[in-house]
Amino acid sequence: MLDVRNVDAGYGSTVILQDVSLRVEAGEVVTIVGANGAGKTTTLRTISGLVTPKSGGVFFEGEEISKLQPHDVVDRGITLIPEGRQLFPDMSVRENLLMGAHRRDARGVRSETLAEVLDLFPRLGERLEQHASSLSGGEQQMVAIARGMMARPRLLMFDEPSLGLAPIIVEQVFDVISKVAASGMTVLIVEQNVWHTLKAADRGYVLENGEMVLDDAAEALLRNDHVRQAYLGI
Amino acid sequence: MQTFLQIIANGLMLGGLFAIVAVGLTLIFGIVKVVNFAHGEFLMVGMYLTFLLTTGLGVHPYATAVAVIPILFVLGAVTQRLLIQPLMQARDEHIQIFATVGLSTALINLALLIFGADIANTPNYGVRSQIEIGPVRILEGQLWIFLAAILLVIGLQLFLARTNTGRAIRATAQNRAAARLMGINDRFIYVLTFGIGAACVGFGSALIAPLYPTSPTIGTYFVLIAFVIVVLGGLGSIPGAFFGALIIGLVDALSGFYIGSDLREAVVFGIFLVILILKPSGLFGTRVSQSHVSP
Repeated sequence: MLDVRNVDAGYGSTVILQDVSLRVEAGEVVTIVGANGAGKTTTLRTISGLVTPKSGGVFFEGEEISKLQPHDVVDRGITLIPEGRQLFPDMSVRENLLMGAHRRDARGVRSETLAEVLDLFPRLGERLEQHASSLSGGEQQMVAIARGMMARPRLLMFDEPSLGLAPIIVEQVFDVISKVAASGMTVLIVEQNVWHTLKAADRGYVLENGEMVLDDAAEALLRNDHVRQAYLGI
Repeated sequence: MQTFLQIIANGLMLGGLFAIVAVGLTLIFGIVKVVNFAHGEFLMVGMYLTFLLTTGLGVHPYATAVAVIPILFVLGAVTQRLLIQPLMQARDEHIQIFATVGLSTALINLALLIFGADIANTPNYGVRSQIEIGPVRILEGQLWIFLAAILLVIGLQLFLARTNTGRAIRATAQNRAAARLMGINDRFIYVLTFGIGAACVGFGSALIAPLYPTSPTIGTYFVLIAFVIVVLGGLGSIPGAFFGALIIGLVDALSGFYIGSDLREAVVFGIFLVILILKPSGLFGTRVSQSHVSP
């Protein structure tokens, strides 16, 4: 479904990603783990069209998408739930969710999608008319995830969904991600919370200093000595 | 008492006129985050268009709005697309301000070249006739401007609050990076918003032209006052621009009568300075949200 081939990318003259390749098949939950600054966010931004690769390409269902504008990538069915939630602060929760359904294929069915999404996030149903900025951090993360789902994407990408959240909220966030994945959604997650992510994922990649150093089934990565030492502290 | 009411009425009518100029300015500032110093010249262009169409076709100046509004929309959209957008990558965002100042000067001189420095009087078709409302007398055209300003403000607010496009415009203003991730074409939104802001002043110019003589520098006067209003109302706030305009209109009329007509502008700009010092966010201003510009 998604095929990132030998991508070099960065900002200005700074190179962040070197020869990065990864694949995500339909229905899979794939994760990229790595330390802060390894290039995980840049990888997602490259897929989203916010960063244009210097070489290599990004292909989605056979079409090269690496030269498309971000909004065209969204129209193809790839939605990124950004790090730090990035809600529209002066809009209500309802309006934030409606903005998620801006994509052409999602707009016509947004009432139905909203009902489905609220089934998954019953708490948000009580908060629909509140300003997004008045919610707690955990609730805001739920809005960000729900907003991403409103686009009815074919590939949903999460950038550090657990960042800055209390441990109990982190559990809730990963519960939600598991539910989303169980519904058949194809998911790509980038995380520093390696243990939780590998538990939730089918396959994983390990990114270090802008290069993919490992890729394997998630269970195998959890048993891998390097991963255990470097990321799990075992 | 009669005199006082008359001054209040004059102030409110003047405020309506200021509002119709300031609304587009605050919209462009609030969404595109560009201070459009050429806004007054957009008004000037609109007034000349009204003059030309009214005299050329022999129609009521208000009827020219059908053509002036779309032409000004295109002027605004083209300004954003060809002048501002290429500068959005510039290291210093003040470059955009210089660009709009340059556009302003260019338009003034273009008007001087075409029309000369003489004033152009648009036929007024009776909108300069006085009507009595209770104890006060106002020009019919002033009342239409006042009502049009109210309609414009309500219409824009509804558009921004209720429509998909309006919501996308607000989303882009609040968090540009997130808006792009929702599939919103931010560049299109900026072009559209600049066009709408210019169209607003186009609407205003068809109403203003029969009351005020048109000259190449007519915009300078209105736009300076409009900047004061936009700051008073809160940058980017459309209701703020409306009520700010009424306040400045009243201040202008009252100080003109009670202090001296030479000192009206001194009072208005004195208020401008006081607001900047005491409440820089303005009457209706919230915090000025940072545009999340992605690298």
